[in-house]
Amino acid sequence: MAGALFVASLLLALAISYKPLGDYMFRVYTGTTHSRVERVIYRLLGVDPDGEQRWGVYARGVLAFSLVSVLFLYGLQRLQNHLFLSLGMKPVEPALAWNTAVSFVTNTNWQAYSGESTMGHLVQTAGLAVQNFVSAAVGMAVAIALVRGFARTKTDTLGNFWVDLVRGTIRILLPISLVAALLLVAGGAIQTFGDHFTWTTLAGGEQTFTPAAAASQEAIKDLGTNGGGIFNVNSAHPFENPTSWTNWLEIFLLLVIAFSLPRTFGRMVGDNRQGYAIVSVMAIIALISLGVTQWAELSAGGTVPQAIGQAMEGRETRFGVSNSGMFASATTLTSTGSVNSFHDSYTALGGGMLIFNMLLGEVAPGGVGSGLYGMLILAMITVFVAGLMVGRTPEYLGKKVGAREIKLASLYFLVTPVLVLVGTAVAMATETGRAAMSNSGPHGLSEILYAYTSASNNNGSAFAGVSVNTPFHNTTLGLCMAFGRFLPIVLALALAGSLAQQAPVPASVGTLPTYRPQFVGMVVGVTIILVALTFLPALALGPLAEGLL
Amino acid sequence: MDRMPSWVRQHVAALRALLVLTVVTGVIYPLVATGVAQALLNDKANGSLIEKDGKVVGSALIGQSFTDANGNPMRRYFQSRPSAAGDGYDPTSTAAGNLGPEDVIDTLPDPNGADEAAKEGKQSLLTRVCARSKAVGELEGVSGARPYCAPDGVGAVLKVFPDRAVSVNQACPATPFMPTYEGLKVECAKPGEDYAAGRTVPIRGNAGTPSVPADAVTASGSGLDPDISAAYAELQAPRVARERGLAVEQVRALIAEHTTGRALGFMGEPAVNVLELNLALDRV
Repeated sequence: MAGALFVASLLLALAISYKPLGDYMFRVYTGTTHSRVERVIYRLLGVDPDGEQRWGVYARGVLAFSLVSVLFLYGLQRLQNHLFLSLGMKPVEPALAWNTAVSFVTNTNWQAYSGESTMGHLVQTAGLAVQNFVSAAVGMAVAIALVRGFARTKTDTLGNFWVDLVRGTIRILLPISLVAALLLVAGGAIQTFGDHFTWTTLAGGEQTFTPAAAASQEAIKDLGTNGGGIFNVNSAHPFENPTSWTNWLEIFLLLVIAFSLPRTFGRMVGDNRQGYAIVSVMAIIALISLGVTQWAELSAGGTVPQAIGQAMEGRETRFGVSNSGMFASATTLTSTGSVNSFHDSYTALGGGMLIFNMLLGEVAPGGVGSGLYGMLILAMITVFVAGLMVGRTPEYLGKKVGAREIKLASLYFLVTPVLVLVGTAVAMATETGRAAMSNSGPHGLSEILYAYTSASNNNGSAFAGVSVNTPFHNTTLGLCMAFGRFLPIVLALALAGSLAQQAPVPASVGTLPTYRPQFVGMVVGVTIILVALTFLPALALGPLAEGLL
Repeated sequence: MDRMPSWVRQHVAALRALLVLTVVTGVIYPLVATGVAQALLNDKANGSLIEKDGKVVGSALIGQSFTDANGNPMRRYFQSRPSAAGDGYDPTSTAAGNLGPEDVIDTLPDPNGADEAAKEGKQSLLTRVCARSKAVGELEGVSGARPYCAPDGVGAVLKVFPDRAVSVNQACPATPFMPTYEGLKVECAKPGEDYAAGRTVPIRGNAGTPSVPADAVTASGSGLDPDISAAYAELQAPRVARERGLAVEQVRALIAEHTTGRALGFMGEPAVNVLELNLALDRV
């Protein structure tokens, strides 16, 4: 009952935020005036903020910025012992530093490292947390560029990447994060640049205080759907997520931008109903998934959960089973990957649902920006499928979905299945790859499948028993993260470029209305069926085998 | 700038953008947040530390072990949950157990094993749960029985072969928890022997609802869980009262005082802060 109220209150809060935040983001990305601070920044960058970019220039901006970011973050980790505020930490090992750099730049935030014993203050706040902001802003920029492709006609420009990047960071992410960080401190999250110190416990043992600017990083980690924690145990750590209400706040943060962007989309294409349709698809898939996970966890299926009587292994007392499951659903439905409980110890079907959430491509609602562009491409595929059925040229939002568009959309869809399945297969086929499993049998396969799913979809959560801090996994998972992030981005921008060039097709009687419940239902169906067909064999060998045998 | 090729120009702009945004989000933002937090919420921003006689003894948010030097529970204190962080409640190596729902087969310690890992063996999650339940039951004077647990505190799991069954978590010369299974004789397990080919059959047994609560037999997510459930606190109250010569009612009143209910009545679960409760007991 309390669990149902918890979910209902989150839904209500998200519904209330939908319009104001969506409208605000609309103004941020369409406004023509630059604030004084922004003018200074553009001068420092040496870019003309009013210069419009074609899709190729926009995409090269994204790639250049990301490449520079990876190199910078890699260097920062390797050199941390020579810099200040290192807390006495050694330089991060090369393979781990590469993995972590790629991970944070791609908005994955996979943690092969253990924060409290690997990174000092400087790497955390000036390295990792910075990427938490800018990788989120990059995702939003790409989504907005794709929406401009629909909204604009007969042009070859999609806006200016640097402006979108700076505005997303400064006008959207920064102010919300600051407020959220202070709320988290009020709940008990720590925020200090102090040093380690030790105390003697009541029983006479020793404990060490692990200092961190935790609240400020936690806020953007959730808001930007990043997920990389200051501490090894992420948002289960009482210094990151101290109370039951900070838990609510963190779940809200990791959903709010992704669920409000469809409003921004609706405003930009000049038809709010289109935004409602997209957000409905996201909400329906999310609620189905949430229902399955809650059912699986609360009924505690499986031998060990039955022996325990309640699926409490890997959960914190203050959150309990239901709220932990809600966090797990939210973090895998978005591209966040923060965890407040440990998915490895979830019931077989509950854990399987979390994998499925990521396999959906994280579109319900998905990562900030990446969720929207993923969902719009699924909507195009749906229009195409529907067009084939009735034998008409498919169109979406007044744009023809022709051969070029559907090729790009199909390639976009194929990227993650290839990475997930090939990655898992390679890992399972090699001795070093298999050595990472901490559980045996189907659950071991689930651990590897989870890892490659999480990396390729830029999620970042894990079945954390898996020991992936090895050169083999750090390298291969790093490649999955990089390809899983940038191939779809380039394809989405190419698609945007080709859409923007088209002249609008006037709606006719043959046009499929894309704002009605019928269309919403079709997108939900196409999404689930496409993913189910692609991944059923892999899921059958892992979580389904474990849960049903 | 204008004379550079465009791809160089783009990377220069990218580097500048990264540096500028690093200053904004990586320096100014955390410093402002820290400044405000330290000024307004000093105690919380620094870890909600708790002092006793002028010395820091812990943080209200970080759980502690209440065990003696040998790892045995100190009977005058309420006990925390099991922890997978280092040797238990180690904030420098936080961790969860990360074992799955069907992790039911132990690797028995094998004195003739090839390496250290084989010599030490590895307990399955099921056996850990059963062993903890048995230990807590003995400490509190209640039954530690649970479904799928053998009476000696290991997982009740058989590997079934065509001609025999093996209770895989019970090392010989233990007496198997059931003599026969579907007409097959059940044998104890020989360490080092490979039973992987058999069919895994966990035996539920006839244990009813366990007396030892779920949080007492499971490792938390952080390994630093500061809380226990109200049920686990209630279970420990008589023992702590006895050890300290207090009335149980008095101990129960202290439990109630250190229980945090659900926020706004519906968020999370009620939880009892173990360190604060034990400190309050020491003050009585």
